[in-house]
Amino acid sequence: MSDVESLSRQDWDVVVVGGGNAALCAAIEAAEAGCRVLILEGAPEPYRGGNSRHTRNFRCMHQEPLSVLTDSYGEEEYFDDLMLVTKGETDEDLARLAIRSSEDCLPWMEAHGVRFQPSLSGTLSLSRTNAFFLGGGKALVNAYYNTAEDLGVSVVYEAQVKHVEVRDGRFEAVQAEIAGAPCRICGRSIILASGGFQADIDWLARAWGPSARNFLIRGTPYNRGVVLNDMLEQGAESVGDPTQCHAVAIDGRAPKFDGGIVTRLDCVPFSIVVNREGERFYDEGEDVWPKRYAIWGRLVAAQPDQVAYSIIDSRSIDLFMPSVFKPDQADSIKELAEKLQLPPDKLKETVAHFNAACREGDFYPTELDGLATQGISPAKTNWARPISEPPFYGYVLRPGVTFTYLGLKVDRTARVSDAQGRYDNIWAAGEIMAGSILGQGYLAGFGMTIGTVFGRIAGQEAAAHVN
Amino acid sequence: MSINIVQGVETDQETDAIQEARRQVEICNACRYCEGYCSVFPAITRQRLFAEGDLTQLANLCHNCRGCYYACQYTEPHEFALNIPKVLAEVRSESWETFAWPGGLARRFQESGVAMAFVLTAGLALFFALIQILQPESGRGFYAYLSHGLMVALFAPAFLLPLATIAISLRRYWHSVGGTRVRLSQLKTAFLDAAQLRNLSGGQGQGCNFEQGTRYTDRRRWLHQAVLYGFLLCFASTSSATLMHYVMGWEAPYGFFTPPKLLGVPGGILLMIGTAGLAWLKLRAAPELGAMRVWGGEMAFVLLLFLVAATGLALYAASGTVAVSPLLAIHLGAVLTFFLLMPYSKMVHGFYRLAALVRDAQQKENAL
Repeated sequence: MSDVESLSRQDWDVVVVGGGNAALCAAIEAAEAGCRVLILEGAPEPYRGGNSRHTRNFRCMHQEPLSVLTDSYGEEEYFDDLMLVTKGETDEDLARLAIRSSEDCLPWMEAHGVRFQPSLSGTLSLSRTNAFFLGGGKALVNAYYNTAEDLGVSVVYEAQVKHVEVRDGRFEAVQAEIAGAPCRICGRSIILASGGFQADIDWLARAWGPSARNFLIRGTPYNRGVVLNDMLEQGAESVGDPTQCHAVAIDGRAPKFDGGIVTRLDCVPFSIVVNREGERFYDEGEDVWPKRYAIWGRLVAAQPDQVAYSIIDSRSIDLFMPSVFKPDQADSIKELAEKLQLPPDKLKETVAHFNAACREGDFYPTELDGLATQGISPAKTNWARPISEPPFYGYVLRPGVTFTYLGLKVDRTARVSDAQGRYDNIWAAGEIMAGSILGQGYLAGFGMTIGTVFGRIAGQEAAAHVN
Repeated sequence: MSINIVQGVETDQETDAIQEARRQVEICNACRYCEGYCSVFPAITRQRLFAEGDLTQLANLCHNCRGCYYACQYTEPHEFALNIPKVLAEVRSESWETFAWPGGLARRFQESGVAMAFVLTAGLALFFALIQILQPESGRGFYAYLSHGLMVALFAPAFLLPLATIAISLRRYWHSVGGTRVRLSQLKTAFLDAAQLRNLSGGQGQGCNFEQGTRYTDRRRWLHQAVLYGFLLCFASTSSATLMHYVMGWEAPYGFFTPPKLLGVPGGILLMIGTAGLAWLKLRAAPELGAMRVWGGEMAFVLLLFLVAATGLALYAASGTVAVSPLLAIHLGAVLTFFLLMPYSKMVHGFYRLAALVRDAQQKENAL
């Protein structure tokens, strides 16, 4: 850790704001091009890496088997997958650039210390499209920090950038607080890779509405959008819906921040889901869970208190990935309702009503089995089996925010603009600009693709500008 | 068939370490990012509930490579406060104490290097005294100082009795982890894993995160192999000498180009390099990622093994000089200490580790 004064006195070629995947890819590229690079990471060292800490894979185009990836995954299929989740809310040019570049990124990642592993148990469906990191995202972050250190990149933790000084379309310096001490750091170029604003609950509540105060934040508490806000206030061009965030349904007992992967609950398709009043509100069996968990984030957000309860019986307890928190358990629905603080009579009625609508048929947990209810609304269109075999189990669901969509608009070179045109020396990469490509929805592993591709481009471009 | 989660698998007499291990392993089972590092995580994913025996098995399967700790997004200051290498090390050393016979001895020698040094001192004193009092009238080589009969009378029981108590411990272990009848294929798998130290390879041959934080190195695996194979060579050397003595009637001392020396000299050198290296790594590694309670005992054990190797080589080098007498006493004292403390020191880890690898091979077969 160099002291604040010497940082301010030094002459940096590239200042990178943020310390996650995109920031690191940018820093490594710039350092390899011979630049003097400074990374300003807002988090303390144990929490370095932004949301990349919680990631696990990288979605990658490939013509033939590549590293751990099986078979092939072409540009058109990849792009179709993206169109499906974003419903067309994407910048096709940038999206195709990310997709095409991903193939070349994977060997680059391996060459810079990232290790991949075959897809994890329970994720076989992704073995063709997504390369999983050995040890997950934090291991990737560690590998990049080691590589950056070997390349002579300087890293400062707990460096909160408050303001980016821009004059006549040129970045000149950043104003930051490093471990509480204010300082001003000058540089020839800047790369903004400091993430979205999902950890700023007040901003979230202004954007989404007061109910957002009840949302859980799945990732880092350090993505508070300070730099994003500072740039937007100075007139930088924005992209993405400012009122939206990507939320999924997660275990309601998860920590407010940083719960990450373990807080997911995969029980919904085998359950009935009721709100605080003990009433069902949507088809729990509409599709397989990976295709539906994002919808349920919104559905739960629309319920009173932004909370819902997923209820199964003993026959379903082994059908999904283990949960990090144990469910509430009881030998009768009434007792379970008391434990979950739901109206007991109402819940009993809802379950009885549902059970009466179930019909005989074969139940296949791993595929759409068409075992649907009859004569109730909302229907349950698959896996509709009576909740009848005690013990009964209940899980609480809440919306968990993954990321926000609002970001800085960039071009193919990751350069940021304002109304007058492109800034001379300001680039952006990662979640702070991902809204250009992910207008809505989410595609597993694509955030890391955007971060890697645009991080590398930003690093190369900034270095070319400096040199 | 359903499982009862609330009245799951906890029992009333569980230690804090077991309960903490269960808490952490359940979090790992919901994450699974570390599946590629070693055998522990795939073993975790084969279960949903973890009884004490399951956790004991996981703990003995863990080689403390620490890859999972540095890759973990839930380590402190995160409220989940995961530290799998540490908690499994604690469960592991506790399990050895529980299964040891007699139990109190294990706790004492695992925790205390001083206790080990005390036994060593007693051992040294014994041999100095024996050489003083019982030096035979005649004899060649070492037998000029202590008769062959006396050595056998001392070392046969000092070697075989500890092995017998280890066998008792392993039976207890096997019962607690629910081991079934062992098949040859399972033994083969286990020995291959151990011979290559596959669980210290980091899953891809890059090694572990033992002494250099987030950077992988293969030092620990190489040094441990030096210890393992050095030890086996020394053991083979002694065995060959025993055979030569009793079967061929060929008595010591042996020249350099005989099996005992050709096996023992490289074995001793490997053992010295390996133990010195492991002690050095242990000093560089973060102690809070292991069982701190037994750090001293582990270090003492490594140093004792170094002493056995170093004095053995020194004794050979000193052949025919006046130094033989004191060196012989020191070497035999160290060897005696090593043998006697086998069931109660870090030495026992090899036996449990093999058992855990065999059990893991069984569970893998069952999962197919």
